[in-house]
Amino acid sequence: MKLVTGDRAIRFIATIFASVILALIVLIVYELLKGSVPSIHKFGLKFLVTSTWDPVSEHFGALPFVFGTIVSSVIALVIALPVSIGIAVFLSELAPRPVRPAVSLMVELLAAIPSIIYGLWGLFVMVPFLQMYVEPALGRYFGFLPLFSGAPIGVGMLAGGIILSIMIIPTIAAVSRDIFNTVPMLYKEAGFALGMTRWEVIEKIVFPHARSGLIGAVMLGFGRALGETMAVTMVIGNAPTIAASLFAPSYTIASVLANEFTEATTKLYLSSLIELALILFVISMLFNAVARLLVIRERTAK
Amino acid sequence: MAKKLVIEHLNAWFGAVQAIRDITIDIEENGVTAVIGPSGCGKTTFVRCLNRIHEVVDNAMVSGRVMLDGVDIYSKTSDPVLVRRRIGMVFQKPNPFPTMSIFENVAAGVKLNGVRRKDRIADTVERSLKSAALWEEVKDKLHKPATTLSGGQQQRLCIARTIAIEPEVVLMDEPASALDPISTARIEELIQQIKERYTIVIVTHNMQQAARVSDYTGFFLLGELIEFDRTSDIFTNPRDKRTEDYITGRFG
Repeated sequence: MKLVTGDRAIRFIATIFASVILALIVLIVYELLKGSVPSIHKFGLKFLVTSTWDPVSEHFGALPFVFGTIVSSVIALVIALPVSIGIAVFLSELAPRPVRPAVSLMVELLAAIPSIIYGLWGLFVMVPFLQMYVEPALGRYFGFLPLFSGAPIGVGMLAGGIILSIMIIPTIAAVSRDIFNTVPMLYKEAGFALGMTRWEVIEKIVFPHARSGLIGAVMLGFGRALGETMAVTMVIGNAPTIAASLFAPSYTIASVLANEFTEATTKLYLSSLIELALILFVISMLFNAVARLLVIRERTAK
Repeated sequence: MAKKLVIEHLNAWFGAVQAIRDITIDIEENGVTAVIGPSGCGKTTFVRCLNRIHEVVDNAMVSGRVMLDGVDIYSKTSDPVLVRRRIGMVFQKPNPFPTMSIFENVAAGVKLNGVRRKDRIADTVERSLKSAALWEEVKDKLHKPATTLSGGQQQRLCIARTIAIEPEVVLMDEPASALDPISTARIEELIQQIKERYTIVIVTHNMQQAARVSDYTGFFLLGELIEFDRTSDIFTNPRDKRTEDYITGRFG
């Protein structure tokens, strides 16, 4: 059948807009690769395993930043996951129906708060609190573990992980809630009819049913944590070190990019930063790809 | 025969919509009681009130009394979880847990009742599957996912899962309506076999099925119980004109 002019025009315009997305991604990768050439040329694969970051003598290595990025995101996940699942269970299974939209809205509002505000709150409220109460207490009782050794200075890996966890809770909670809502009533009723309690239905029916979807939700949250910049930069301490202690300052890729781009005066310095950006891009893409894959697999399995 | 369930002035609502009105009926022990009526007459809601699963739905409400062996399951001190362990239910659509194997499906309720010993659980699973006439078909693939079974097998698995916890009453909500005629016949046969041990209430829109399997029949229309009597009397000598119209196929 012949398309009328209007249809053809809208199809043409939409196709162009859609192609722009594809072109953008290709262009970003191209620019990142091109910018990294001097650094890749100079350091090769050693860039990934070197922990020196010395702009004066122009020795650059990505390891402390990769470490800081991944570890702070993992800490965020460890804290955010149980809280988010709790919120999602409350919203999908337990809360009285009239309460649900209000609480859902508040969870989503958390995601709308600009990250600079999280950063300010983190720096002026959370960090002093960690320094005065949380870290000394952890040090006193668990100081024998390398994780909680060292001086309680407030800013550092722990502060970065906690601020990130607050920022990814809305993502994980909202996606988990949607996944729990897809568990058919049919199976929950079968559980109730067998004499399961509300908790047993959640544990034995809702959770197993939602498992791979939850993995997707977790990965989406993790992907967000990896790239988060402003708030982390303000509380993580910004020192390119690899320490076992959570109290020690650290540095993430996103933070070093934000902090040092204006200072990067030499070609190699700039190129090393761009290569860091490329590494962050690859890590984020990998996690997002795995997340999508798991979500798709979950959908097609039903 | 003794009265297993005594239902008095039972009403149920979904929000503002009343689904059943002032139902009063006695269910005989070890008998099969059929509930018939056209779609939307409240027969499903009625049985869902008997194990307090109606209230799992949002905005659902119930009033009236349902006495199980003389004790009201809706009294303030009654725990719906314990009620449901005594009054099991088989649903219209076969709903074995898709994340569990055949064995785990039958064992699910048994474990809830605190049975931990593996040999005892295995015994119960085997006995229940045999009672549900499914053992021969699945004994070599107990650890396959329950979803690999056919619809009729899945429904017999749900029956096995229900009787594994040894309830006193088994509610069946159109258990064969999603099945082919051969599977339906097997389910009906099964009801005949297990009624010695359980009190059965079965909802059906199939009048021949009610006539074949039940001892007593109640006819529901627009949320009200129109007539309740021995099945033979309902089908040969209905007292109410509306019952007669329905069973002779003049409406519904």
